[in-house]
This record gives sequence, structure tokens and C-alpha cells, in this order.
Amino acid sequence: MSDTFLNRRAALAAAGGLVLAGCDKLSQSNTVQKILAGAESLNLDGQRLVLTSGQPLAREYPASEISKDFKANGTVRPDSDAYRNLVLTGFSDWRLKLDGLVRKPASYSLAELRAMPSRTQITRHDCVEGWSAIGGWTGVPLSHLLQQSELMPNAKYIVFRCADDLLNSQDGSGLYYESIDMVDAFHPQTIMAYAMNGQALPVPHGAPLRLRVERQLGYKMAKYVMQIQVVDDFSKIGFGKGGFWEDRGYEWYAGI
Amino acid sequence: MTAEIAEDSIQNPPRTRSGRELIYRHTVFVRVSHWLNAFCFLVLLMSGLQIFNAHAMLHWGVKGDEADPAIFSIYAEDQLEGPPIGWLQIGSAKFNTTGVLGVFTDRDGFLSGRAFPWWITLPSYQSLAEGRRWHFFFAWLLAINGFAYLIYGFVAGHFRRDMAPTNKDVRGLGRSILDHLRLRHPRGDAAKRYNVLQKFAYLTVVFVLFPLMIVTGVSMSPGIDSAAPWLPDLFGGRQSARTIHFITAASLVLFVLVHLLEVLLAGVFNEMRSMITGWFSVRPQKPRRQT
Repeated sequence: MSDTFLNRRAALAAAGGLVLAGCDKLSQSNTVQKILAGAESLNLDGQRLVLTSGQPLAREYPASEISKDFKANGTVRPDSDAYRNLVLTGFSDWRLKLDGLVRKPASYSLAELRAMPSRTQITRHDCVEGWSAIGGWTGVPLSHLLQQSELMPNAKYIVFRCADDLLNSQDGSGLYYESIDMVDAFHPQTIMAYAMNGQALPVPHGAPLRLRVERQLGYKMAKYVMQIQVVDDFSKIGFGKGGFWEDRGYEWYAGI
Repeated sequence: MTAEIAEDSIQNPPRTRSGRELIYRHTVFVRVSHWLNAFCFLVLLMSGLQIFNAHAMLHWGVKGDEADPAIFSIYAEDQLEGPPIGWLQIGSAKFNTTGVLGVFTDRDGFLSGRAFPWWITLPSYQSLAEGRRWHFFFAWLLAINGFAYLIYGFVAGHFRRDMAPTNKDVRGLGRSILDHLRLRHPRGDAAKRYNVLQKFAYLTVVFVLFPLMIVTGVSMSPGIDSAAPWLPDLFGGRQSARTIHFITAASLVLFVLVHLLEVLLAGVFNEMRSMITGWFSVRPQKPRRQT
């Protein structure tokens, strides 16, 4: 009796295992992933219907709401000699390059960025993993930098090239990068932040400069930004999906 | 078509081979949307647990990360000696769940330190990216199917005719609770309608739980929150919305378990036939004993 029961249980478990193995096969199939990814354009188009009209701002919070221990995710200290030298010299030799499809390519020191018009915002940071933290950010509106450099008519995306290599790859294939389109690039809360909670941006949070795109998830907000590149297409960059995590299966549009 | 069948079946009811009366209980619209919804819910539940595993704690309020207090969490605790312990923490209570939650043996036989085990997540291995893809695709499908069902329910009179409790229903509430506890199922004419507890359960699922799932889910979107900051506020903040999303999902799982138990008790064959073909056989009234 108990033998039959155990056999039946084993059979059920085996059948269950087969079903789940089938699910995994499906999950790893390119065709299935392509179909599932169709929902991303629904998310993007659906949200853009409400987000482009009037460009609503993400909520800003009082200073009392700031998280005491804002979690630093991903890279917390880029592991390269070049970056270590930047930290040792207080980023005095660091320069932000802005090039690509612009009439006036530029290069800015940290002091020059700090002297530009700035915006400070205390916002909620939502990680794709599910947690949220509140922090205050000060920086130059990206729109200001883009207007200074004068975009060419075919400019479509802004790509952010970073100093951190999450995979410690030797060939640079693990270098972090991100991209956003013009709707988010010209949003008033999209800033290149050099300060967090009133202090110089700490290394774990992306010193000396990170992107803030307040209406999307954390992985869009590239840290350790070294270069801003204006492009009409990002399919030739990295593995072609528009960002480090996008190349590893995450959505390019991270508004949800 | 449906009306003709219904009219015809009143005058000359079709019968099973054993002579039981057959009624046309579920329209094709209800049957298709039921199975589509059931499948979507299964995928959403399993991919949802995959997503939960990426941050296996629940908070209350606007914010919450690893440094903040959790009202619910599942985690692995490493030991100086021996294998780690899996813990489920609810409020201040802690339960050792080693083997099932927090720490379990993976499909390949390795000890794994994730929250929900491989056999209940989609995919079975850890992949937040794939989990999210399944989740959003089937969330759209569930929402579209649910919306179509709501329109149908109102326009075709399904809610008014079959699900709205009558005064008589409400008066019989106590009796119905007793019947359910005794696992007694209605016969004869009473079996042709939903009973009052069934009506309340379905109404709760259709008008409270599933809408709550969708609204709390959407409240977690930073994009939507900028256009509708009042949305997460409804629930006390984004992290509260995430917590309610999880609790509501658990409530739906509880509903499904009771629903399946009732199907089992009421007769799997007849119940399945009615949800697949529409036709439901009515158990005749027991003859009353003469006193």
C-alpha cells in the first residue's frame, strides 16, 4: 500500500519535473522570449500615452523621508587602475565626454559641471529586484548639456558609457552602458548627478557622475558615467539591446 | 442560440444516460475566459514567485530595502557547521522551513538558498529577467481577458442573473455555511443555481481580488506613478502596494484550493464537463421521508 503510494508520488514528482523542464525549455527558447517580449512594447506605448503629455514629474519627497542606508547595487567600486587613480586624485583629471550626433562635441571637468545650472530632487529609487529607497540628488539637467552641444536632426538615443565592468572582462565586453530616448532625455528630472543627499556622490553610488531617470527602474540609471554619446541606433553597441542588463534579458524600457 | 437551447431545454430537458436532467450551465464565453484566466493565473503566480525571490521580503510604506524592517521575509541563515537553515519570518514570528522555503535541494540535487523553491517558480532556475517577461505578457493577457469578461458579464446579464445574491440567498446564508461545513451539496432545482457562498466567493474574486492584483501591480510602476501619484498612495506607498499584491495573490491561491476541493466533492466529471462543454447534470432531489 505505502509502496504504491510512494510509487505514485514518485511518478507524480517525475511528471511534475517533466512539465517544469518543459517550462524551462520554453523559457529558454528564442521564439518564446520574442513573443513574451512583445508585452514590452505594450508597456512602452501604453505608458508613453500618459507620460509624454505634459511630461509628469516623479514625486519628490521631503528630506525627512531619505533612506538612512540607501542600498548600493551592482558595482560598488570599479576595479580598474584608471578608476582607482581617478579616486586618488579626487576626480580632478576626470572629464565627461559628450560626442556623437552633435554639432559641438564637448568635454567637461567636474568643476565645470558643478558651475552649470543645477536641479536637486529627492525621489524614490525603485530597483528591478523589488525594493525602494529614497535619496536626494543634485546635478545638471541632461537637457542643458544636450542643448549646449546642439543635437543633429537624426539624433535618437543618448548612450551612457561607464567606467565599471560588472563582469571584470578584459576585453571591455562587460563595461556598463545604458541608453534612453529623447522623451526621457529631455524630461526635467533627468539629470547627471554629482551629489547625493548634499554630499559629493559617493563611490558606491557612482562617483563622480551618475544618471538619474526618475520614471524608470534603477538599472537604467548608469553610475560612473565617463561619456555621453548621441546616436541614431544602438544595435552596434555591446550586444545591441541598448544596455548592460538589456543585453542580459532585461527590458530596454524599464518604466514598470 | 443560447436562448433557443435554454427554451428548448425547459420544455424537453436533455438527460444523461442514467436519466439525470442536463442543463446548459456555462456559456462558451464564460468557459473560454475561465480557462484562459486559470492558465494566466498559474503563469503569473509562478513567475511572480520568481520575481519575489529577487527581493524575498515585504515592507510597509513608501520605501523598503534590505536595511529596512520587513513584515515578511524568507531567507537562508548560514551555520558555522553544517548546512544553512531556511527561515520564514512573519512579523516577529520565525519558522524553520529548511527543505521548502529559503533552503532546498535544487532540481540538480544541489542545495540552493533561494526563497521559493524551483518547483513553484517560472523558470525553475533563478532568472528575474525571464520571470518578468512571462509576468508582463500574461498580465496583459489576463487583464484583456478579464476586461472582456466584465463587459460580457454586465451586457449579457451573467452577473445579474447568476451571481447577484437574492434576498432569499442572504436569508439562507447561515444554512449554506452549515451545508458547506457538512460537505453537503444542493440537489434538484437548488443545484441549478450558484449557492450563496459560491456567489460571494465568485463576486469577491471577480470584483475585488483580480482588480486589486492589477491595480497594485500597476502601482509598482515608476512610470505610472509619475502620471498617477495617487495610485500607490491608495495602498500606503509602493512597498505597501507590493505587499498587498503578494497577500492578494495568496488569497487567490486559497480561493483556488477551496474551488478545486469543491469541484472534487461535487463531482469532478460533472463539474469539468460543465466548464468544458457547458452541460451540467443535476442530481435529483432526495425523496422526502414521510412522517
